[in-house]
Amino acid sequence: MNSISKELKEFKKNKDLFFIGLPGMLALFIVCYLPMFGLIIAFKRFNFDDGILGSPWAGLDNFKFFFTSQDAFRVTRNTLLLNGTFIILSFAAAVFVALMLNELNKRSVKVFQTVLFVPYFISWIVVGYLVYGFLSFDYGVINSILKGLNMAPVDWYSDPKYWPVILTASYLWKNVGYLTIIFYTGMLGIDASFYEAASIDGASKFQQAKAITIPLIKPLVILMLILSIGKIFYSDFGLFFFVPREVGALLPTTDVIDTYVYRSLRVIGDLGMASAAGFYQSIVGFLLVLGSNLFIRKVSKENAVF
Amino acid sequence: MQKLRSNKLNLIMKFILTIISVLTLLPLVYLISVSFSTDAGIARYGYTLIPRSFTLEGYKYIFKVPRPIITGYMVSVTVTVLGTALGLALSSTLAYVMARKDYRYSKATSFYVFFTMLFNGGLVPTYIVMTKLLHVQNTIWGLIIPYSISPWFTMIMKGFMETLPFEIVESAKIDGAGEFKTFVRIILPVAKPAIATVGLFYAFAYWNDWWLAMLYISKESLIPLQFLLYRTLSNLSYILNNMSSLLNVNMSNIPSESVRMGMAVIAAGPMLILFPFFQKHFVKGLTVGSVKG
Repeated sequence: MNSISKELKEFKKNKDLFFIGLPGMLALFIVCYLPMFGLIIAFKRFNFDDGILGSPWAGLDNFKFFFTSQDAFRVTRNTLLLNGTFIILSFAAAVFVALMLNELNKRSVKVFQTVLFVPYFISWIVVGYLVYGFLSFDYGVINSILKGLNMAPVDWYSDPKYWPVILTASYLWKNVGYLTIIFYTGMLGIDASFYEAASIDGASKFQQAKAITIPLIKPLVILMLILSIGKIFYSDFGLFFFVPREVGALLPTTDVIDTYVYRSLRVIGDLGMASAAGFYQSIVGFLLVLGSNLFIRKVSKENAVF
Repeated sequence: MQKLRSNKLNLIMKFILTIISVLTLLPLVYLISVSFSTDAGIARYGYTLIPRSFTLEGYKYIFKVPRPIITGYMVSVTVTVLGTALGLALSSTLAYVMARKDYRYSKATSFYVFFTMLFNGGLVPTYIVMTKLLHVQNTIWGLIIPYSISPWFTMIMKGFMETLPFEIVESAKIDGAGEFKTFVRIILPVAKPAIATVGLFYAFAYWNDWWLAMLYISKESLIPLQFLLYRTLSNLSYILNNMSSLLNVNMSNIPSESVRMGMAVIAAGPMLILFPFFQKHFVKGLTVGSVKG
């Protein structure tokens, strides 16, 4: 009793600040916390009339359907392989480009930096148009080149085997510039006296990059790498939805968990499947984020997010 | 000798970077070029880097019935303005109490915000909460509420606010100002740079969004610009039907290729023209956000 009244007293002291924070907390509750409780619909035979609480329980039926279908394996494989490829290649490319930018003078950097940043501001819908411009069967740039070389044009939008490459190229085009800028900004923070000392000692640019820039930028790169791996279960929906233009024939190599959940919910209307797949993504995604953070804590405690 | 070699290296790097830059811009040049080409020219030469047959037909068609685009712009502007204002109000207040170390619940609040970055309910429950509980489908709120509080942006804001000199809060308190008054009169003015950066993030998220429209909007008068573009691509007849019925023209006369790409230019253009001006703030926010969080 005593502790409650003490807590109440403390609350009174803090109540002004509490009420300042309250609107944001309520909004967060509605937008983020309510859907968390809503995850139970994965265990229900949901219908819109009875709502989340009123719908009958289904036990693990939804999961049984999802995991015994071939879809579960397919979307998990695509999600992990494609996102894994994206992460590795985009990080390698961004570090490489950032190292080059680091060697140039500020004025020329500014031009390149602006150009590289452009794709970040273009929505996936527009990227879908751009890719179509290259791959359209009749008018596309690639097929024009093939015809010019006396080779048979390729029907890109009907054969899934090309799509891992096309998706990767699209991803790199849109994201490498932004990642480069993050790394480059990190390199700007390196103390210039290191380089001065090194060049007095006669170190070449290569040696300087190897001995100074790379070791000093490594923590940032590794940190971001682990964070990206933690989010590997979540895909960039727009890429997988708009770039393949929803062609059913391409699903074997372009369908990821996010697009699968969306399609089950909005196109097919199979809520059981959608909620089971979504539940699977939330839980595994959560474990991966926790795991990656535990790993960061081990490697460098000050960089751990929690 | 050393100098000469490093000059050569510099040249090689500039060359590689130039190639990368050209590859980055090339698709956009094609897009613009096609939007100025005639269908006949495209049928003959394919998509070319420079229009072989220059025409403004595509844009003329788009602007003959400009209603969908004007509506799209109006919806996007309204959503961006309202959403950014709401997002900033919610994020700045929440970030402030998290940053106030003397606030008894500041740690608890931080965890409350942070946890939503680790774990989320995903699409299906969110969809049901928005449509069954809040009934935001086919209202302007469907395009605003789901993004109105971003834990990510709130954490960035908290990071900024922690650097503020909190002695000013103390002195305001001594002068007898209440917490709310202190926040509005003292904190907000000094937090302007943070508010500008986070506001930019919110504005960008709202302006470029198609996802919420895809989920919650089917009414034509509420379709934002980016989503209009998708509808045009997936179903060109949406606009063309409007035109052919209104203008009584034959569908086959419509320069469909240039209309498509012209729409993309119109939707993406303003952002590309504006972004160099606020690029600097963006980079600053990104580097803060990417490292913490």
